[in-house]
Amino acid sequence: MTTTTLPRVERLLHSGPGGPTDPGLASHVALHGPLAVPVRHDPAWSDVLLAEVAAAGLTGRGGGGFPAAAKWESLRRAGRRPVVVVNAMEGEPASAKDRALLAWSPHLVLDGAELVAALSGARSVVVCVADDRDASARAVRLAAAERSAAGTGREVTVRQPPARYVTGEESALVSWLDSGDARPVLRVDKSVPLRLGRRAVLLHNAETLAQVALIARHGATWFRAAGTDEAPGSTLVTVSGAVRTPGVIEVGLGTPVDDVVRRCGPTGPVSGYLVGGYGGAWLAPEQASTPLAPGSLARVGATLGVGIVVALPTDSCGIAETARIARWMAGESAGQCGPCVFGLPAIADDLELLAAGRADPGAIGRIDERARSIIGRGACRHPDGVARMVRSALTVFASDAAAHAAGRPCAARHAPSVLPFPTPPALAGEAS
Amino acid sequence: MSTRVAVALRVRVDPVACEAYGYCAELLPERVTLDEWGYPVVDGTPVGAGLVDVAARAAAECPRRAFLLEEAGRTH
Repeated sequence: MTTTTLPRVERLLHSGPGGPTDPGLASHVALHGPLAVPVRHDPAWSDVLLAEVAAAGLTGRGGGGFPAAAKWESLRRAGRRPVVVVNAMEGEPASAKDRALLAWSPHLVLDGAELVAALSGARSVVVCVADDRDASARAVRLAAAERSAAGTGREVTVRQPPARYVTGEESALVSWLDSGDARPVLRVDKSVPLRLGRRAVLLHNAETLAQVALIARHGATWFRAAGTDEAPGSTLVTVSGAVRTPGVIEVGLGTPVDDVVRRCGPTGPVSGYLVGGYGGAWLAPEQASTPLAPGSLARVGATLGVGIVVALPTDSCGIAETARIARWMAGESAGQCGPCVFGLPAIADDLELLAAGRADPGAIGRIDERARSIIGRGACRHPDGVARMVRSALTVFASDAAAHAAGRPCAARHAPSVLPFPTPPALAGEAS
Repeated sequence: MSTRVAVALRVRVDPVACEAYGYCAELLPERVTLDEWGYPVVDGTPVGAGLVDVAARAAAECPRRAFLLEEAGRTH
């Protein structure tokens, strides 16, 4: 295999000063320069920043991919001072990018929150980190204390909602902040801002805000020098599976999936790539040159999600891995909507029996039909994501699925799970 | 109807409120079928004049107030 030299992008994560060994404010300012934020609400300054971020084409890095500037526009129309909420929940088990960002560059995230607060007239910032991520919470508190001691910035509060997959969904997160109930809320019109008490909420993923901090300093043209015209800028990607150095890397959007994996030192042949997350999609090896960008991924039925790439080695079973994801995701349902509550466990049941070579001949068709039937029928997109991931597995691992359906269990089904889980789901269908 | 502007109506389910009573599918099979667990699968195409009354009744009779008849937007 030839070694490809890829252009390195080091915008959010620096290996030098300001990097992981030194996340302090002084190094941050030395590296990125000071942040210019008006003390009082300044409509002209706000217009300039909004136009710059719009021209940059920054989209949300938390999975939704919504244009950041458009979110601000809709909030402006709502009037009233909002509350800025930073979503660093990172409930995707295979993602580590927000954790990495808060460990390496917490001030970049807080700069972005500060800018968005100044732009929208917000007086306070709430950073949400899951209750099992104490290191991240400490990093944010330390950074906030440094800023406070330096006499800059708005009040930053760190909140730690329960570490569950669905808690990171924005309506669930705001609901938890508002009432302690971390369940998604049905939203008919997503352009209507969520509310915290009487205040509108301006919520962004941590990485999105770090990108805002860079655009404010360097401008839209600089931002667009990375990535593609269709998908400008850089993004953080968490790479794992069949690689020597799993972890978080920064790449230009539009970098082919196999180039992303190559950066982390491939260890051998791959039977499929899980892209986006547990509600993402599997790509077949022959789709590995697909650019990691929202449009290109959508065209092959996948999604960028939160920038996850897992290379599944050929000695693992794609169906067993998919069964584990489906079972875990079924357990992570908020338990509110029938199609999710009943559909996900039923799909997981069949997948587990399939991996064990004990499924009936109708199993594959039933899995596909059930997955299709639940799409769009929950209050949030949790079931839709699982349905997409499962249906892509039936395509990418079609020959494995057919062999298992014919009664040949996967020899690799007892191999350790390549995919990480906070609490590993036990595979049913394996019991004696 | 005496309204001057034609308003398209459609039916929708609030999946959080729904508890699979199934009255909607019984009253409005033209727009609602039930999945294998008894939860409604709705067809969101506009409800024509001939179905409006029965759709309104289905909405009114849902014990969970989860079945909704609402404006889909002006027809033109």
